[in-house]
Amino acid sequence: MGPGRDDPDYILYQPVIEKGRGAYLLGGALLVIFFWTMVMYSRQLSLGLGVTGLNRPISWGFYIVNFVFFIGISHAGTLISAILRLSKAEWRRPITRMAEVITAIVLAIGGLHPIIDLGRPDRLLNIFYYGRLQSPLLWDVTAITCYFTASTVYLYLPMIPDIARLRDLAVRPRWLYQFLAWGWTGTGRQQEILDRAITILMVLVIPIAVSVHTVISFIFSMTLQPGWHSTIFGPYFVVGAIFSGIAAILVIMSVFRKVFHLEGYLKPIHFRYLGTLLLIMSLLWFYFTFAEYLTGFYGGEPHEMRTILFKLTGDYAPYFWTMVVCNFLIPLVILSNRKFKTISGVTFASVAIIVGMWLERLTIVVPSLANPRLPVPHQIYVPSLVEWALFAAGLTMFALAFLLFSKFFPVISVWEIQEGRKEGLEAVKRRIMTYQPEAGPGEGKS
Amino acid sequence: MPSWGMVIDLNKCTGCGACVSACRSENNVHNVGPEQSRLGRAIFWMDILEEVTGEYPDVRVHYIPRPCFHCDNPPCTKVCPVRATYKNEEGLVAQVYHRCIGCRYCMVACPYAAKSFSWYEPKRPREFLQACNPDVSLRMKGVVEKCSFCSHRLQKAREEADMGKREMTESDYQPACAEACPTYAIAFGDLDNEGHTVSRLKKSHRAFRIHEELGTEPKVIYLSRED
Repeated sequence: MGPGRDDPDYILYQPVIEKGRGAYLLGGALLVIFFWTMVMYSRQLSLGLGVTGLNRPISWGFYIVNFVFFIGISHAGTLISAILRLSKAEWRRPITRMAEVITAIVLAIGGLHPIIDLGRPDRLLNIFYYGRLQSPLLWDVTAITCYFTASTVYLYLPMIPDIARLRDLAVRPRWLYQFLAWGWTGTGRQQEILDRAITILMVLVIPIAVSVHTVISFIFSMTLQPGWHSTIFGPYFVVGAIFSGIAAILVIMSVFRKVFHLEGYLKPIHFRYLGTLLLIMSLLWFYFTFAEYLTGFYGGEPHEMRTILFKLTGDYAPYFWTMVVCNFLIPLVILSNRKFKTISGVTFASVAIIVGMWLERLTIVVPSLANPRLPVPHQIYVPSLVEWALFAAGLTMFALAFLLFSKFFPVISVWEIQEGRKEGLEAVKRRIMTYQPEAGPGEGKS
Repeated sequence: MPSWGMVIDLNKCTGCGACVSACRSENNVHNVGPEQSRLGRAIFWMDILEEVTGEYPDVRVHYIPRPCFHCDNPPCTKVCPVRATYKNEEGLVAQVYHRCIGCRYCMVACPYAAKSFSWYEPKRPREFLQACNPDVSLRMKGVVEKCSFCSHRLQKAREEADMGKREMTESDYQPACAEACPTYAIAFGDLDNEGHTVSRLKKSHRAFRIHEELGTEPKVIYLSRED
């Protein structure tokens, strides 16, 4: 079988087989931006954290905000893909791969953020020499490395049959596909083992993903700072993470749909279904936000109150209310209205949510630090060019890594699409039959 | 184990800043310059906080000298990922400058803003280095530092008492700020030792600890203002 154009799924291999000039140009441009950000970073490395806008008492800023933001986005993937696989949602097939790639890339980027935030990155290994497991930072290191391992394996395993196919099509570089295909020939036994492995991983990955953002929230909630010391922070962060994650998948989907002409695979129904999920997460997010602020407001403890008013009516009011508009009002209007719930509508709402969730992280991290309990001199936090540059570096790395991935591997799982075409219809039909009252009582088991 | 602590009488404090200067020269605290200082990068081991109350024309400024409180239940040591800040065997909250990775989690966790960070490589002019106290190590860029209750003085005092085969007395160990205070607003000693001034002062009806409700159990006790 050559890579013939008669293959119904040829379009999925096309970006891998035909590497156009556009990709090189885009990649080059991204590399230039990335190089510039690294020059900026070298300033911080040589001079110290003084090149940031940080101070006392606001000693955490963009780096920590972006850390929480990027790790939040990473919940897109693996979690959504695992939940959709687990619930046997047939429409998942063109989505899972992209979702998993987001996780792996963003997790790697997010995980670097605490390191660029260190005053002494040269002493990073002290975390292993002298690590205290009582510190929430160590919980983070543990959870994130665990999640990164699980999610990269979970990304890689379902790619094996596709990689093997690229190997068989003699796509260059051959050694890469030869190596990564791991001797896959597609025998029944291999398929069986693969299915088993995927099943184990998808069950495993869900609690790990939940734990990751929970312990990230613990960094804040374990301290006594007003606005942070809250018991609902764990679930609040997890909800926000899944929320921004789904939004990220939707944006990536609509980009690839346009660029790679995947209209046949990513249909309005996929956007509508994920849009509904997004709406649910938006409502959940609002519920948590409302509960969190009402509790603080009603209790009216002076320091808590000062932080809340700082967000609602003070310096951070513009960010806070933009966040509410982006995370709640825009999604609510667009996603609960059939007329607006088109592909472009859902994509617009998703972009708004990504912006809104970034603002949420900002309004959680900075205001609590800007309102210390003791009357130390009031400071404002203005991020410096270096901090903006490193934010740009994160986004550039994301785009670059995704570009690279899409030029070496299909962004949609081809074998799963084919499996869906071949067996999915029958399987669903059989399954639905077992739901019916006419079916015997023992039949509805699996 | 003694419970080293401080009692600061706000009635006596005039906000003169002698404690701050004494602390800076005793502990080799470097200056960051006016520009960085405005940005909130100044380093203070002992600091004087100003609390402004009332509205014009009935405005009052209160001065609160603020060292590290050396909490018995310190929120900062709990969160340190590498044990670069910990409660030592004398009950003091110590910093290990050479181990600190500069994550600033302890700064964030301290409700009293008692910790400082070196944002740039400290600039130490020749005059500064010539006048340095040889008992206190110089801090490098990118680590957290704070008041140590002049623990180097404690070390010395202990050794001297041991050599003379006698018990340590109250005057053997006094931090620089307490020594320098012209109005005797700062008293220092063992809070549990009946013979020490602080154990008497802490029983005053004016005694209070800042944000006691947080459960941090600070070992710095204030005597409130009567006016």
